[in-house]
Amino acid sequence: MAIIRDIMPAFELFQPANTDDALALVAKHGKDAWVMAGGLDTFDWLKDRIKRPKVVVDLSQVKELAGIRPWNGGLEIGAMTTLTDVVRHPVVREKFSILATGAEAAASPQIRNQGTLGGNVSQDARCWYYRGGWNCYRAGGNTCYADTPTAINREHAILNADRCVAVNPSDSAPALIALDAQMVIRSSKGERVLNAEDYFVGPDIDIMHMNVLRPGDLLTAIRIPAAWAGTHFYFEKVRDRNVWDFPLVNVASAAVFSGDRIERIRIAVNGVAARPLRLKQVEDAVTGKPRNEATAQLGGHLAIQGAEPLRYNGYKVPLLRNLVKRAIRGVEEPKWVS
Amino acid sequence: MGIVEWATSPWGQSVPIHVSFYLLWVSAIAGLLFLIGHAIWLRFSGPEEYEESARANAAALVPDKVPRHSLAARLFHWIMAAAMLVLLFTAFLPKVGVEFPWVTYHWVAGLVLSASIVFHVVHASFWLDFWSIWPDRADSEDGLRRLRRSLGLSAPPPRRFAKYPLENKMYHGVIVLAGLSVMGTGLLMMFRVRTPFLTRNPYLFGDMTWGWMYFLHGLAGVGLIALIMVHIYFAIRPEKLVITKSMIFGTLDRDYYLSHHDPARWGPEETATEEAAAGD
Repeated sequence: MAIIRDIMPAFELFQPANTDDALALVAKHGKDAWVMAGGLDTFDWLKDRIKRPKVVVDLSQVKELAGIRPWNGGLEIGAMTTLTDVVRHPVVREKFSILATGAEAAASPQIRNQGTLGGNVSQDARCWYYRGGWNCYRAGGNTCYADTPTAINREHAILNADRCVAVNPSDSAPALIALDAQMVIRSSKGERVLNAEDYFVGPDIDIMHMNVLRPGDLLTAIRIPAAWAGTHFYFEKVRDRNVWDFPLVNVASAAVFSGDRIERIRIAVNGVAARPLRLKQVEDAVTGKPRNEATAQLGGHLAIQGAEPLRYNGYKVPLLRNLVKRAIRGVEEPKWVS
Repeated sequence: MGIVEWATSPWGQSVPIHVSFYLLWVSAIAGLLFLIGHAIWLRFSGPEEYEESARANAAALVPDKVPRHSLAARLFHWIMAAAMLVLLFTAFLPKVGVEFPWVTYHWVAGLVLSASIVFHVVHASFWLDFWSIWPDRADSEDGLRRLRRSLGLSAPPPRRFAKYPLENKMYHGVIVLAGLSVMGTGLLMMFRVRTPFLTRNPYLFGDMTWGWMYFLHGLAGVGLIALIMVHIYFAIRPEKLVITKSMIFGTLDRDYYLSHHDPARWGPEETATEEAAAGD
């Protein structure tokens, strides 16, 4: 079981200075390489001695992977850009404020100073059975300890569970999906660009990974298209304590209204499944309808279709329904800010 | 590099969790080597010779199309084959990097396979000649003769086959072993996933028992890769196509029947009846 120790197991450390060197290293070491961004998820794993990589490739010195640049009227954000830099960037705040809100909702100021956007979207599940080193499905075993009659599963999935019931804990991920962002992945074989919603994988597809990154891959940048710049955004995160906590459920939406009608909308939620979910069926149902309580009710009801709560997380069903309603209808009262 | 993957349970106990999946490559390569070896052996071996049948006079009573597989038996075979292929692909494609939501397809195909196996056992026990697929004394003697002759040793020619050649019977025996293993363990593993049929209960067995069950399921599964490769190979070999066709249309050609099968050991029912009436 997990025992916090002061000293990590030995590994070979590489600190490449450019992307090509980093790609060469991850290609050379393959499965033996652990790619480290801000290190906030990494050090937990290593100090707990649950993960024991032979090689750590620290990307902190790859300056070209950090920074925010204009891109086709939108933005290209380097994967190693810190969450604080994302939150403070004037164009992000002006045109894509939902991302600033989502990034600012993550963890604490100290962690956001060190944590990166790429790391935030790529972080591993927080299920304590998994992180405790138990031989669960996600760790390669044949059991989900969180999905048993006596398990402590208050924070776990209510949707799309398939053997594993862990959830994705990222706050920036639903904002990126709502913005129709693209993830730029490079490997020694070349570059591929995926829609943000396709970057994440559920346990039905791959029970041991939360995203499409495989040995040899690097997430190098995240592109935010101009299509949703300056539209109407909504982000809300519900957590047990309002500082430094992972989401129980969060919701992000980007919408364009025409009068009182919803012209187009994208909604994504996280904390309810092993991957952030784009609620396409909700989007389709409410598009063209008036932005009112009835439409919000419809959207909220659709969002929870298929929900299968575990013993202790039934509260997530009404929570998800109400957050989706609020994302469609909006709220009058001020939202929490740090 | 063992054949079992082990892990530590929450109670500190070392438990098996599943078969080592490199074995799927071992199985695939073994199957491939068998095919290559057999094809080479067949290329250089002479034609098979058989002992003259004591009932050669029965040839006149053999119809043009000799019934071999009933419609029910053929349906069972093809349903089982489809289920087996779905099971193999859904089990192992994700292991070689082809990712898709495989679990539901896998257990649905598993239920189809299980139902077809249960049907087959009942059908074969009460409506077919149950013992026709199991090796008998004559098969052992003839097998030994064929082995000695293939090694250049002296031995009389073997008799023609009964309904199934010895290889067929041995293959069936191995498939029964592997099939029942995956079926039995697979049905119990249904308690580990969410289905409309069972209440999920991972506590049905302890970690050790579950671990060995997963191991057996995986071991039989990887074994089936080679077995199915071999089966398909024989099904599409030119000289065996007549047998494959009999699994589609239900009958064997008369010429093939007379050249490979002994009417004294297996004949169409009417043939046997007429022979019996003639006091043979």
